[in-house]
Amino acid sequence: MTKLLTRKAERIDELAESGGTSLAKDAMRRMLHSPVAIIGAVITILFVVLAIISPFIAPKDPYVRYDELRANLTPSHIPGPMPGFLLGSDQNGMDFFSRLLVGSQQTLLVGVGATIIGASVGMVIGGVAGAFGGATDTVLMRLTDILLALPSLLLAISIAALFAHGTQWTVIIAVSVVSVPIFARLLRGSMLAQRSSDHVLAATALGVKRRTIVFRHMLPNSLGPVIVQATLTLATAILEAAALSFLGLGDSDPDRAEWGLMLAKAQGLLDVKPELAFYPAIAIIIVALGFTLLGESLREALDPKNRR
Amino acid sequence: MALLEVRDLSVVFRRKGTRPFTAVDGVSFDVEPGQTVGLVGESGSGKSVTALAIMGLLPKRGAEVSGAVSFEDTDMLRLSDKQLRDRRGRDLGMVFQDPLSSLNPVISIGLQITEVLERHRGMTRKQATAEAADLLARVGIPDPDRRLSEYPHQLSGGMRQRALIAIALACRPRLLIADEPTTALDVTIQAQILALLSGLVRETGTALVMITHDLGVIAGLCDEVNVMYGGRIVERAERHALFHASRHPYTHGLLASIPRLDAPRGEKLVPIKGSVTDNIPWAQGCAFAPRCPNALAVCREITPELEADNGGMLRCHNPVGQMSGVG
Repeated sequence: MTKLLTRKAERIDELAESGGTSLAKDAMRRMLHSPVAIIGAVITILFVVLAIISPFIAPKDPYVRYDELRANLTPSHIPGPMPGFLLGSDQNGMDFFSRLLVGSQQTLLVGVGATIIGASVGMVIGGVAGAFGGATDTVLMRLTDILLALPSLLLAISIAALFAHGTQWTVIIAVSVVSVPIFARLLRGSMLAQRSSDHVLAATALGVKRRTIVFRHMLPNSLGPVIVQATLTLATAILEAAALSFLGLGDSDPDRAEWGLMLAKAQGLLDVKPELAFYPAIAIIIVALGFTLLGESLREALDPKNRR
Repeated sequence: MALLEVRDLSVVFRRKGTRPFTAVDGVSFDVEPGQTVGLVGESGSGKSVTALAIMGLLPKRGAEVSGAVSFEDTDMLRLSDKQLRDRRGRDLGMVFQDPLSSLNPVISIGLQITEVLERHRGMTRKQATAEAADLLARVGIPDPDRRLSEYPHQLSGGMRQRALIAIALACRPRLLIADEPTTALDVTIQAQILALLSGLVRETGTALVMITHDLGVIAGLCDEVNVMYGGRIVERAERHALFHASRHPYTHGLLASIPRLDAPRGEKLVPIKGSVTDNIPWAQGCAFAPRCPNALAVCREITPELEADNGGMLRCHNPVGQMSGVG
């Protein structure tokens, strides 16, 4: 294991010292020249940074009901901005601004968690199907077809409904299951295309071992679309998680600071304080847009047709 | 004892819903150690499929290979996948037509060479890297140390083909199969690559099977030439005999259809009529008969056999340079 790791490290060093431009470097260079990519990347980076530092910069504890807010809280009135509370109170007398900030953390956790789990499982299924082909491929792909046949939100709702006491992991699992077949199909498709490619035939003609062919020649050439899909899935995962929370199928803790949940709880209060729904919604839209822009430009940058 | 003996090799492609297609139909030829043998024919004549069958690279499903391919007394068609993998790249190498698509775009040239050296010659990464630089230098790539870390798209077409040749020859195979190695290259580069190939095989004693549709390539390189048509060998001759006194009307037509420097001014090229799809099955007669200027009635009735002729082999009822007496 350690031997493997040192070899890997050596190889990375070799690559770093080399004058060659790999596909990845080339794509990076093109990303840096695209304004859309930069906007997407900036939004994404800001969001991730915010999610990490939000507990430290939030002016108040997002889970405490403050008496000065609750004092002014009536069914027809929710206090607006006041000293110390930038955006005023939410419907429970908690600091709305702090909750918005900290909400980024939950949203990131759900988005990244669901994407990582969905992509990993999907890639294993698609990779195995693409590497072996034949009967293995047929069986695995028919199974993913069954998952694909169900509308994704409906599937996520059914899975989330299976858990009596939801946590954020309920949401993560429900959303990730939905993305599994997409990743499986995608990787399987590009692996199959690689299988019949000239350079894989050439490697076979050199007697290269099957394992090496799969991991060194087929997989790295198939990853481009999967990476792109992952950034796009991040956006839809966040939206789906919000939808699940909105339907009350996510976290069973009603006070959890999470944008989708906040949006859901605010729906009855639109006439009292519309900002309670407006700000979480805007936050979700901006983040989803950021990931989508990044994903789209990544797809363009990795497209071999655009290479010069 | 020949290095490679191909005996009665046939490849039939079967697909559900279509009629079986015989791509290679009873091909036999020998390659002696160090010898350069050409396989010539137009597209669809079965040259490449013959090469893939020898290497065991045809898909197991859908392609039915029969006959015998013995390489140094081992029947390649009977080897297990693992045994085959151990020999490919070490004993038999292959160079493909399109140098760009035959190289893996995401890993460096260096890794693609060292991979083979580590696999078959048990070298460490360090030894292999040194050897790879050496190999690149031998195939005429300047500044090999820098090139090792470059990626295929950074090399020119000729350079890529040189790199592929270096990879194929890395383990000093005894047989190299080159499948149209110059077709995707500029004419100026073609000559360089051919000179390189012939130089290397002479130097290392590697036998070469040269697959091409280009008679110019054959003229410069091959000791013996097999002309293929419709999946069968129609003429086999030593290089000079082939160019000076080709016997089969197909070979004759191929030669007449290329421009010659010593031809009188204004002389027209003579194309071969029709296309390779206008043939009749070998079982019913001569596949070339529908396009053959010398065709006789017998050509469409009796299948010609490959018979000794003038020091070579010929499959024809009415060869060029013989008055038609039959039929």
